[in-house]
Amino acid sequence: MWSNFFTTASIVTVLASAIRFATPFLLAALGETVGQRAGVLNLGVEGVMLGGAFTAYYVRLNPSGWWWAGGIGTAIIAALVVGLVMGLLYAWMTLVMHAEQGISGIGVFLFGLGATDLLFQKQVGVSLPIQPLSVWRVPLLGDIPHVGDVFFNQSPLVYAAYVLVPVITIMITRTTFGLNIRAVGETPEAADTLGVSVNLVRLGAILIGNSLAALAGAALVFNTNTFQQNLTAGQGFIAVALVYFGAWRPAGVMAGALLFGLVSSTVLQLKTLGIVSGAASALTAMAPAILTIAVLVIVSRRIGAPAALTKHFDRNA
Amino acid sequence: MTMTKKPRMALLALLAVFTLIATACGGSDSDTTEASGDATSTGPLKVGIIAPSASNDLAFSQSMVDAVNAVAGDRELEIAITDGTFIVEDAAAAIRGYADDGFDLVIAHGSQYGGPLQEIAPDFPDVAFAWGTAVDTFGLPNVSAYTVRADEGGYVNGTLAAQLTESGVIGVVGPIEVGDAKLYVDGFVAGAAAQDSDVTVNVNYIESFSDVALASEAATAHIANGADVLTGTAQMVVGATGVAGPAGAKWFGTQSNQTPLGPDFVVASQVYHWEVVLVDMMTAIDAGNFGGEVYTLTLANGGLEIEFNDGAGADPAVVAGAQATIDGIIDGSIKTDAG
Repeated sequence: MWSNFFTTASIVTVLASAIRFATPFLLAALGETVGQRAGVLNLGVEGVMLGGAFTAYYVRLNPSGWWWAGGIGTAIIAALVVGLVMGLLYAWMTLVMHAEQGISGIGVFLFGLGATDLLFQKQVGVSLPIQPLSVWRVPLLGDIPHVGDVFFNQSPLVYAAYVLVPVITIMITRTTFGLNIRAVGETPEAADTLGVSVNLVRLGAILIGNSLAALAGAALVFNTNTFQQNLTAGQGFIAVALVYFGAWRPAGVMAGALLFGLVSSTVLQLKTLGIVSGAASALTAMAPAILTIAVLVIVSRRIGAPAALTKHFDRNA
Repeated sequence: MTMTKKPRMALLALLAVFTLIATACGGSDSDTTEASGDATSTGPLKVGIIAPSASNDLAFSQSMVDAVNAVAGDRELEIAITDGTFIVEDAAAAIRGYADDGFDLVIAHGSQYGGPLQEIAPDFPDVAFAWGTAVDTFGLPNVSAYTVRADEGGYVNGTLAAQLTESGVIGVVGPIEVGDAKLYVDGFVAGAAAQDSDVTVNVNYIESFSDVALASEAATAHIANGADVLTGTAQMVVGATGVAGPAGAKWFGTQSNQTPLGPDFVVASQVYHWEVVLVDMMTAIDAGNFGGEVYTLTLANGGLEIEFNDGAGADPAVVAGAQATIDGIIDGSIKTDAG
């Protein structure tokens, strides 16, 4: 039985699945990382993911027969727009109205959950399948035996997610905007005295974060080729946990997402091959969550969050 | 005393947050529909349904909603539905609410609702309660239970799947190994083995009724391991069918007719016709008997039906041969060895 697992084909299946499975988590967590580095905690990631997921699904399905809809590109752009709009809403609540970030995020989550549920029921009704997003085999690299199948035979959204890791790392560590993000996330008062518009920087971070969360929802839709109420099933909250897991660094977040994806895909493969069944199946299903909690406990003791996380900034205070 | 700016802004922010929450919570409230039927009846029977997932999930919840609506075509019913109530506490509130509002029959359509039902039913002796899939009426005179021999249709689907697979590998995406889900899968595996013992059936219980993404990955794993025919049960199967179609795999459904999920690859579906037991239940209620019975859907009593989809392009001879299997289960010559 275990010999069936430790075959080349099986290992390739597990690794390729891990990379694909981790993609929505990675996108959402990268966005949340940017936001949290700027001092903004957004627990509404799940709701934004749902908003992006439903939008991408609806535009791709195009039941209304819009002339501009139906394509992958328009579906993704529409999802990003919805993410921006939800980001503006969240920014208004937290930066302008100074609502408590945690509660505001929960409000956004519930709004996204309810709104997408309602829209799906009224506008679509049944979980009809959509045309899938084709995988793209990278020329030359995709032909490398086994490695090509694992890394270079994925959908474009998967590639985009992993390319964003160095992009966001460079943005945070090598650009003025990134410096400002870190500054307002650690000591907003000091940043303000240096002429940095704290709330404007935070607004930018929120918009980036929410756009990526919406893109994560779109990625989830194109992984499943369908939509259903509460499609994300808690993935947004796991993404928030991954930010802590990764110590607020994009590379760390990627490692966490991949670890989560790897454990999940390994468990799936073990169950598919009948190596794990019955009560053991239920126990192993908990493995990804247990691992995440365990690592969170370890990480939290070593690395602290941005000093100004969840703290409002009011120049007049 | 005038409010300072900060408390006013905080209050506005709080109101905005609560508005969002209220909007979100307005998603899955009960819908009340009038269903006209036989004008000579003494008045509409008020039926409340509490379901764990969406009423149009093409699976468990929809099977009951469709059944009640089917019965409404023959008698006057007033139907109210509270769907999406997977959380037991929410369902308990809905159950008690329907009973408080004078409903005649409250259907708690979920095996997780037994606990609250056992607590609530004694408070309303003149209200008939029904729950399933289950076989326990708790000894209460106003509680009925209903279940389904899902293994029967699973067996039929399994025999068909074993004949249609070209790779010799079949994949099953299951939710949690309980209730009618387990019965269906056990019956399916037995049917496939009976048809062709060389066929491999890989079963993966993803430990969730609703995780569509996980179901999608499970189906992908099956296909990566060579499966060209898949099946599954519960509302998360839309994730599996979303992957099966593009991969060129065939699909067998259960609980509801799942052809809309894949008009060109869903071969057949075992459909639950709960109306078979609902009619008996309502007739008993009319006679003043509010419970105490256990009802079961079977192929023999018409509660289960295999509905085929011609658009899937399956071999007509294979499909036609399924009737012999169905007849064998009905007359007892074929045993599913499950349940």
